[in-house]
This record gives sequence, structure tokens and C-alpha cells, in this order.
Amino acid sequence: MAELYLPSTLPSLFAGLPRRLDVDASTVDEVLDRLDEQWPGLRDRLCEPGPVLRQHIHVYVDRERAGLETELDPRSRVDVITAISGG
Amino acid sequence: MSKTVLLVGTRKGCFLLESDESRRDWEVRGPFCEGWPIYHAIHHADTGAIYAAAASEWHGASVWRSPDLGETWQQSSEGLNYGDTELKLSKVSGLTAVNGRLFAGAEMPGVFESRDGGETWSLLTTLEGQPGSESWNDPANQPPGHLGVPAILPHPDDPSRYWAIVQGIGIFETTDDAASWTPRNRGLRADWPLENPEVGYCVHKLVMSPVDSDRLYQQNHVGMHRSDDGGDSWIEITEGLPTEFGFAAGAHPHDRDTFYVIPLDPGHARCMPDGQAAVWRTRDAGASWQRLAEGLPQRDAHVGVLREGMAIDSYDSPGVYFGTSTGQLFASADEGETWSEIASYLPGITSVEVAVVD
Repeated sequence: MAELYLPSTLPSLFAGLPRRLDVDASTVDEVLDRLDEQWPGLRDRLCEPGPVLRQHIHVYVDRERAGLETELDPRSRVDVITAISGG
Repeated sequence: MSKTVLLVGTRKGCFLLESDESRRDWEVRGPFCEGWPIYHAIHHADTGAIYAAAASEWHGASVWRSPDLGETWQQSSEGLNYGDTELKLSKVSGLTAVNGRLFAGAEMPGVFESRDGGETWSLLTTLEGQPGSESWNDPANQPPGHLGVPAILPHPDDPSRYWAIVQGIGIFETTDDAASWTPRNRGLRADWPLENPEVGYCVHKLVMSPVDSDRLYQQNHVGMHRSDDGGDSWIEITEGLPTEFGFAAGAHPHDRDTFYVIPLDPGHARCMPDGQAAVWRTRDAGASWQRLAEGLPQRDAHVGVLREGMAIDSYDSPGVYFGTSTGQLFASADEGETWSEIASYLPGITSVEVAVVD
């Protein structure tokens, strides 16, 4: 089970979504599939058609910058970061 | 007693201001929509729901909805994309609610519809094949940012008939629910060369008189214009205004000849001229204009008002409202004769709409 950390901007959009959860997935793309199954629409908040990650959504797997195709180990840590904010 | 509700879209969320019929005292609620940048917030009179078009730098474009005047909110962008094409949807610019249906105008140019109250959306048209469309998605031909469809103007009696603005291109009308379109820009002025005189006009705001669906007004990049034939032809009515440029405009709810605009300096600043805030009104369909400024700041007021930044209510003595891109909100309960500042420190205001709720 990958250990997933989500940004603070997401839980307020989806009822019951925690900041930290465990997900059974072998790639980042699958992580998003699992999330979207439980919280429909969540994938749209992180990805654009393509699919590709949204420009200012950064994902790190075990502290390395990752893409949707990045593979996970059973104990990987996945961080989803909102990369810029403005003022 | 009726409640008057102002829906204010800002760069940092949606706000609601409530008053009674007197429109003297206002209570501010918000920010809603988690502080997402809001481009247009509207009230759907048929259902009482509020919709707010938003685009987050992080989480993309979506439309928020509240069925209970802001008590609870949800958002959805299901179907709000161009799928596996080269077109990208960067934001929803304008919302329209009519006949149990919602329209969303988007950048890149496209019109989406929802028939389930904003839970899901589907692409209605990209106006592909219309004059100008061959190049309006070409980045080399675009101004900073993107071109899009900022507004859809519905016909009050014919659900298949509506007008769409494409930024920098002009107005298109459909009478068969988007199956076909006709450019409606005859008589407009362009201060730049046009390859095809049917298109290439910079329409900022299009409004219809609520008492005469043939009477349209538009604030254009170059001049104020009026149509008396449902947009088939346009005549310029700029004379008497301090500048030809502006974004916001509004029609009187009971008088087809009365119309409001907020002229701005057309240069980089795009603020009200000379640091003096004013709304301008015609009562004779543009033959003459009056400057309305009593109660508005007349010194060092370098404020601008965006395309959706002015609204007019439907009372017998209509209230007029406008919000500035620096967060001040002004209201008049007497058709613009006198004004008061009803909120001073909101985030930059992108849209103002008003609803009278029983």
C-alpha cells in the first residue's frame, strides 16, 4: 500500500477525503483511479485530458519528481504538492 | 418582503451581499468556493440556485453551485473539457441560466451546456467553421492569455436562439440551438485591418433590453453600439461619452431606451478617466448621455470595472451596482442618481449580478 499525502486544498472539495491515506496501486495513475472511484471528480482536480498532471500539480514518489506513469513500490510514499500560489 | 441578493465574483472566492427592498443596508457573507478565483457568479431564477464559474491555478476550471443561497456548495467539471483534442479549456468565463438549462462559455472558444443543474456538462459547440475560427486557437494570433467565449446571451422566448461572443472576433447568432451560426457584426467599427469584414471585432459586453428583445446594446473595444433589429445591424452611439472604451454595461429593466455604461481610459490603465468615478446613462437610446457620480469618489479614484462588473435589479426604481477590480462595491437604489460604497475591501471584483428573491 502506497502512503499518500494530499494538499490542503483538496479535502474541502470532497466529503470525507483525508489528507493522508493508504492506496493500493502500482503507478501514480492508478492512485488517481482509486481516488476517483471513491471521490468522483477528484482526478479532474489533478489531471487534464491527455491525461497529464495539471501544470501546477507536482507529484513526488519517494521524494523524486514523478509523473502519472511512475511506478510505485508497495511501501512508496506519494506526495501531491500544489506547486505555486501567487499572492 | 423581497430580499435583494448581490452575487459578487472575486479573485479570491464568491461573496453574497443581502439587503431588503430598500437596499440601504447590506450584510456581506463569504468568501465561498474555497477562495477559488471566480469569473462569473449567477443566480438561476427558475431554481433559486447560484452558479459560479471558477478556475484554480492548481485544480483547473470548474463550476461551483449552491442550491440554498450560499449555505452549501459543491463543484463539478465533469464533461467540461475538449477531450482528446488539441483544444484546452483554461477557464469558464461566463455562465447563463435559461429555460432549465445552463450555458458555460469557455476558453479556448467553446460553449458547454448542462441540463442537470451543473452536475455534468457537455460540449455544445466550438463554432468550428465560422469565419475567424481557422485562426482563433492559433497561439501566434492570440493576445496575451487566450481567446474564448466570454458570454452567451439568450433570447427570452426562443430557447433555440442565442448569441455568443468570441473575444476579438465578434458576435455569432444561432437560431437552431447551435447547429448553425451567423456572424452579427454589421455596422461595427474596427480600428485595425480586417481580412473578412464579417468578423474581427472586439465585443466586450452584449446586453438586451428586458422589455424589447430586438434592442441590443454593446460596449465594444472601440465604441458603444446599439441594435434595433436583434443584432442584424449596429449603429454607433459613442458621441457624448468621455471615452469609447469600457467593459461593463447594463440595460434598464423597464425602459428600452435607458442604458448604463462605465467608460474607461483605453490605454494600459483601463481605469475611470481622471481618477473620477462615474457611471454614464442614456435615456434616449444613446442620443445623449448623462454622467452619474453623486456619492462616487471624485479624487484619486483610479478604479476599473470588468466586463461582468455591473448589474441592475428589477425593482420599479431599479438599483444599479458595480464592483471594481480593486475590490470596492458601489450601489445606487435610485437608477444611478446617488451612490454609496457598500463594501470597501473585497478581493478584486470580476463579476456582479443581482437577484430579487421572495
